[in-house]
Amino acid sequence: MAKVSFNDDLCKGCGLCVNACPKKILQLDNSRLNNKGYHPVSCTDMSACIGCAFCATTCPDVVITVER
Amino acid sequence: MAVVFEATKGLTGKPFHYCPGCTHGIIHRLIGEVMCELGILEETVSVASVGCSYNSYEYFACDAVQAAHGRAPAVATGIKRNIKDKFVFTYQGDGDLASIGAAEITHAAARGEKITAFFVNNAVYGMTSGQMAPTTLLGQVTTTSPFGRDASYQGYPINVSELLSNLTGSAYIERVCLTDYKNIQAAKKAIKQAFLAQQANLGFTMVEFLSTCPTNWGKEPLEAMDWLKEKMLPQYPLGVYKGADIDFKKLEADFKAARGGENA
Ligand SMILES: Cc1ncc(C[n+]2csc(CCOP(=O)(O)OP(=O)(O)O)c2C)c(N)n1
Ligand code: SF4
Ligand code: SF4
Ligand code: SF4
Ligand SMILES: [Mg+2]
Repeated sequence: MAKVSFNDDLCKGCGLCVNACPKKILQLDNSRLNNKGYHPVSCTDMSACIGCAFCATTCPDVVITVER
Repeated sequence: MAVVFEATKGLTGKPFHYCPGCTHGIIHRLIGEVMCELGILEETVSVASVGCSYNSYEYFACDAVQAAHGRAPAVATGIKRNIKDKFVFTYQGDGDLASIGAAEITHAAARGEKITAFFVNNAVYGMTSGQMAPTTLLGQVTTTSPFGRDASYQGYPINVSELLSNLTGSAYIERVCLTDYKNIQAAKKAIKQAFLAQQANLGFTMVEFLSTCPTNWGKEPLEAMDWLKEKMLPQYPLGVYKGADIDFKKLEADFKAARGGENA
């Protein structure tokens, strides 16, 4: 059981976390815009998250919190 | 469930102004995390430089002073010599440190000042829109080397870590990058080691971070990471350039023991 959450308005849609996730469950959500005007990242399948924090470690904008 | 990763208290929480995917943000976070983990946040003074990170003092949750372009090591010297029990670090780009500030960093290292320089090498002047830096690679296109850096006209890149490691006054110098989880963890370890070496009064310490500037390189953030791996790593090999023989495990144990004693 693991969970990622995003401080959406800090996300700059850079995609580094998308690439870092070994489970490939992160993607930029093209249906949403945040306050900065970027498509923020979102998790497509939380049940597959292993809580490795590769995403949060790679994020330059401290967007991601990981629980396990 | 327990929180395994959250925003560090070593940063103020003010949103970074950096471009999407810029590795300045990762480096900031790592420095913040290390200050917290060593418990030195209240005893650290950072010295901001001139470049994209000109206002790093708004992000680090420690005390801070802003220096004129290239002069951060001189300002840090003054601070450290007067409050010797504090941790003092500069945060400088390659234009700041290796170009206009080449004299200050060289002499701070030569004098063996007990300060740490966090040196962000992105092979370009980021803030002023992408001019050639001393660290720009041969063949690299910048706004002032539009046909690619040509050694016969613009000379060769400066390998700062190698250069400063030749000075007797430098104690610990390591070059790291931030291209993936493993390298980011290694970069964090280097930051910690630099603070420990500073605390033990071993001499001048520096961590060089190979960093991306997606905006001025004209690349997407992921492409920029690949370019760094392909082009920068051959010119700037990672590794410990000075202080490979330091027993950091012992330094850390001594540091923790001294702290434990203080708190008891
Ligand atoms: C005395 C002085 N000369 C020149 C400038 C213009 N200037 C501002 S930032 C900069 C270079 C910054 O490059 P770097 O240190 O590599 O930082 P980056 O933005 O790439 O992180 C220059 C030349 C200045 N502000 N002051
Ligand atoms: S914690 Fe690991 S598995 Fe979960 S989203 Fe982040 S990178 Fe993917
Ligand atoms: S790495 Fe951070 S800023 Fe970049 S897309 Fe992921 S959450 Fe957003
Ligand atoms: S210009 Fe380059 S170094 Fe400056 S914030 Fe943007 S990506 Fe980072
Ligand atoms: Mg630069």
